[in-house]
Amino acid sequence: MQVIRQTEEALARSHQAGLIHGACHTYVGEEAIAAGVCAHLTHDDALFSTHRGHGHALAKGVPPRELIAELFGRVTGCSRGRGGSMHLFSPEVGMMGTSGIVGPCILQATGAGYTFKLLGKPHVGVAFFGDGASNNGAFHEGLNLAAIYQLPTIFICENNQFATEIAITYATRNADIWTKAASFGMPGVCVDGNDSVAVWQAAGEAIARARSGGGPTLIECKTYRTRAHAEGMRDGGYRSAEDVEKWKARDPIKMLAARMPQEQAEFAAIEADVKALVEEAVAFAKASPYPDGITATEHIYA
Amino acid sequence: MRELTFTAATREALTERMAVDPSIFVMGEGIGPRGGNFGTTLGLYEKHGPLRLCDTPIAERGFVGLACGAAMTGARPIVDFMFLDFILDSVGEIFNQIAKMQYMSSGRLKMPVILRGCIGIGSSAATHHSSSYYSVFAHVPGLRVIVPSNPHDAKGLFRTALRSDDPVLFLEHKNILHLKGPVPDESDEYTIPFGLANVARVGRDVTVVSLGLMLRRALEAAEKLAGEGISVEVIDLRTVAPLDMPTVLTSLKKTGRILVVDETFAPFGVGAEVIAQVNERGFDDLDAPPARLNGAHTPTPYSPTLEAAVVPSFDAIAQAIRDVVAA
Repeated sequence: MQVIRQTEEALARSHQAGLIHGACHTYVGEEAIAAGVCAHLTHDDALFSTHRGHGHALAKGVPPRELIAELFGRVTGCSRGRGGSMHLFSPEVGMMGTSGIVGPCILQATGAGYTFKLLGKPHVGVAFFGDGASNNGAFHEGLNLAAIYQLPTIFICENNQFATEIAITYATRNADIWTKAASFGMPGVCVDGNDSVAVWQAAGEAIARARSGGGPTLIECKTYRTRAHAEGMRDGGYRSAEDVEKWKARDPIKMLAARMPQEQAEFAAIEADVKALVEEAVAFAKASPYPDGITATEHIYA
Repeated sequence: MRELTFTAATREALTERMAVDPSIFVMGEGIGPRGGNFGTTLGLYEKHGPLRLCDTPIAERGFVGLACGAAMTGARPIVDFMFLDFILDSVGEIFNQIAKMQYMSSGRLKMPVILRGCIGIGSSAATHHSSSYYSVFAHVPGLRVIVPSNPHDAKGLFRTALRSDDPVLFLEHKNILHLKGPVPDESDEYTIPFGLANVARVGRDVTVVSLGLMLRRALEAAEKLAGEGISVEVIDLRTVAPLDMPTVLTSLKKTGRILVVDETFAPFGVGAEVIAQVNERGFDDLDAPPARLNGAHTPTPYSPTLEAAVVPSFDAIAQAIRDVVAA
């Protein structure tokens, strides 16, 4: 969680400094979900993510330097400068991409589950997506397909309550997204998305079930993003300052620390270690070269 | 040589490849026990079972997106759309994901997906079962687009598709699927590479470029015109992407005249692209303005008289060739 938080804060500062050329959607406030789920995954498990995907990439094992360099448009970035914030690829660690389109990650994680079932492998496909995706056809088609084929796929809905600025309570008459799992005949679970231990426990059960042939699970994590939809955007009018402050007080990092008062020294040491790691990562990204324009049309075909 | 239908020829290629490559699976509506609406998978369910011959709900976007994720993780999905018209519900997954995946991952992911379906106007199938769209798909970087005109080529090209790490649209005209043509014995492991056109008939007066059903009609017209003293060279593109312009330009250098015959829409279509490249790279070889003959730019009507009116006929093709020769 510290790696995600401090990397995101470094990216926010870098955006203000003009080092990020395109969009930058941060994951601040939602760290418990990526951390709690990915603690159960190996590099052989396939993760598919959405436009707010920095946290997923980091939790899956992409080093901060490769993430930051990607947003800086450098050749050392995880997508070699081809993607930016919304196209993060590192198949070497099972990070199978973030997407600028809401929904496809659900279908692709279903497809990964299909491959693993077809080839008899004990791995899982995992999709991370927001509440906005739950009203998209991909959600309904993907969950149905995963259920009828009993695929080892985990659907993690990060309900941060707004699709950009459209409230989930406006976009559906049933904002308890986990209950929609019943429509497809699969288990649906709801957890406090800011409670890393609760996420870790729920994900652990679902992933173990999937690995042993028990099929897919939908987990809704109720959470909140405490920064604007994207860096540089205004963040008013659609939600109250009181709500933002209330959720900031439910900071997942502080909530975990409060559970373990005897470990304060270790928490402080982790924070300091991560600070050094992220500073080095920013320096690495700044020093990295841009890709050569002549390579812009490479890798269109195999 | 023995004769097979298109369907039997591609099914033979699929059968032999599925036996040796366990990562191949087929998805679609009715491709399991039913064997496919057009018989594309007949007999394979009994051999390989429901996981490799996977019947789907009517959820094109869902199963195309699934195929994308499966290809990213080591499988080789074949999506059988039955009629290509149904592909449109999944176009976002194809244009934004499948076509761009290799690029977005800087070449670290492959995208071995075959998207197959029947195309073309005929049999009063009307406007939701008659579309082709190959020039639309050929417009997008990252896709291979295949349109065979005979069973021999269909098998050789399908074999190449089954080994390709690029996404392939394999499009067969439904009015010729049942037609038989010579195909070498199963022991002959020939393949046909993408991007290699075939000189289907050698001639000296005019080059006719075509594909699919229209290619066959152009060959019939060429035979008739031979009786009128017009020698027609007929080029079968076989693949729209990649497009084999060297073969077209070589022929043009010999004949000096060119006509593109295409069942689909003229605007921004195959003829538009071929003739643009002719103007860029073969202008000095032209003895007459390059010409194209297309189907009407309209949705497809149902009634036989209306349907026949929107597709280039044998007579229209023959006349268009005469016109180019006389120009």
